[in-house]
Amino acid sequence: MSDNLPLWSKTEMVDEVVAMLDHGASLNLGIGIPTLIAERIPPDKEIWIHSENGVLGVSGRPTRETVSPTLINAGKETISVRKGASYFDSATSFGMIRGGHIDVCVLGGMQVDAEGSLANWMIPGKKVTGMGGAMDLVHGAKMIIVMLTHFSKDGDAKLLHRCTLPLTGKRVVHKVVTDCGIFTPMGDSFRIEKLAPGITYDQLGLPLKMWTRSLFQDGSEPWENTTD
Amino acid sequence: MTSKVYANAVAALFDLRDGISLMSGGFGLCGIPENSIQEIRRQGIKNIHAISNNIGNSGRGLAWLLKQKQISAATCSYVGGNPDLEEQMLAGEVQVTLVPQGTFSERIRAAGMGIRGFYTPAGYGTLVAEGKEERVFDVPCILELPLGADFAIIKAERGDRFGNLWFKETARNFSPLMAMAARVTIVEVEQLVELGEIEPENVHVPGVFVQRIYQGVDYENAIEIPMYAEQ
Repeated sequence: MSDNLPLWSKTEMVDEVVAMLDHGASLNLGIGIPTLIAERIPPDKEIWIHSENGVLGVSGRPTRETVSPTLINAGKETISVRKGASYFDSATSFGMIRGGHIDVCVLGGMQVDAEGSLANWMIPGKKVTGMGGAMDLVHGAKMIIVMLTHFSKDGDAKLLHRCTLPLTGKRVVHKVVTDCGIFTPMGDSFRIEKLAPGITYDQLGLPLKMWTRSLFQDGSEPWENTTD
Repeated sequence: MTSKVYANAVAALFDLRDGISLMSGGFGLCGIPENSIQEIRRQGIKNIHAISNNIGNSGRGLAWLLKQKQISAATCSYVGGNPDLEEQMLAGEVQVTLVPQGTFSERIRAAGMGIRGFYTPAGYGTLVAEGKEERVFDVPCILELPLGADFAIIKAERGDRFGNLWFKETARNFSPLMAMAARVTIVEVEQLVELGEIEPENVHVPGVFVQRIYQGVDYENAIEIPMYAEQ
């Protein structure tokens, strides 16, 4: 059902997240789409990127001359670091997270729900990747952003009233960025913060009552309907 | 004190046996103890309980031991990228316990630091919390217990004969924690250096946590996912 929609590209999704980041912020990036963020931060914005395998100050990709097998991110991809970077062990790394010292964490997801719960580590009977650091990350950073495509390959919406897959964390997500727009979990509904140009709320794949439209780009009156 | 320095992996890993619990440092293939893993593969010991973030990856690292069916239990945080583990887990050949990575690190640290348990919000409200004591502080938390092992095998860039260690870049990861948590910690190094060559301020693992150390050879230092800047 998403075939003909004017969806945001991955780069456009990434740029929406970058726009939410304050100068000087510390930022943890999960595996998948979020790792693209490191390459889209403008030079005049100082962001300290944390990767949970033990580095603060991730920069862009290395060259073939500077690449090092001992310098990787949590996705096991080669990286480089900026001036002022630091390395540390995994306990310290997760202390930064769990202790609330990291401002923003951006993770991928399989499902996210109106209560702010996230599922991203297993599909019973089909696939188990493991939770990695995600269960710790969602309880530590001051702001948790989930990035995911709005629809699965089968056309099912991934933003639900309640997740059906095993949870990574319960009531932990603050913002959801999909290729359709930006949403805030409100408990029984999602508030629409922004829609990709050309997307309308009846294309979002759930009954109208799931959406609390607080921000109309045309400036018309907001409405609310938060019942299930 | 008898010397901690051993000639090679064969000499340093002389007393491993079937059924041991074995910690292995490294994140993916970054910072893995290549020589010790190959020696354990050669020895062919069985029923190992492996404690490692990934239990190897892409057919390398501890995956060498998986291929020989030497591992019967695994405690780790991530299975993705490790087809050998996924296959043997689904076939019921390896008993896998998945632990959130921060909890995994902290449980190992706790074992090394003499902490008998701690409460963390990670995993609350998920399958990880099943059967665990819950307690509400400012937020609901679950009780997690220390995770120790019989042996730890780790790799450092540099180490001296007392066992002081220095790691390069992100190769440090779980290794300092495992060094503290195992009954016997066996370190292989790229460079075995003289005492004092690692300046006291730069020692990442003080030697008291290390029981054996040897000069490693023939490092592959494989890059799992090479990514380069467009030039």
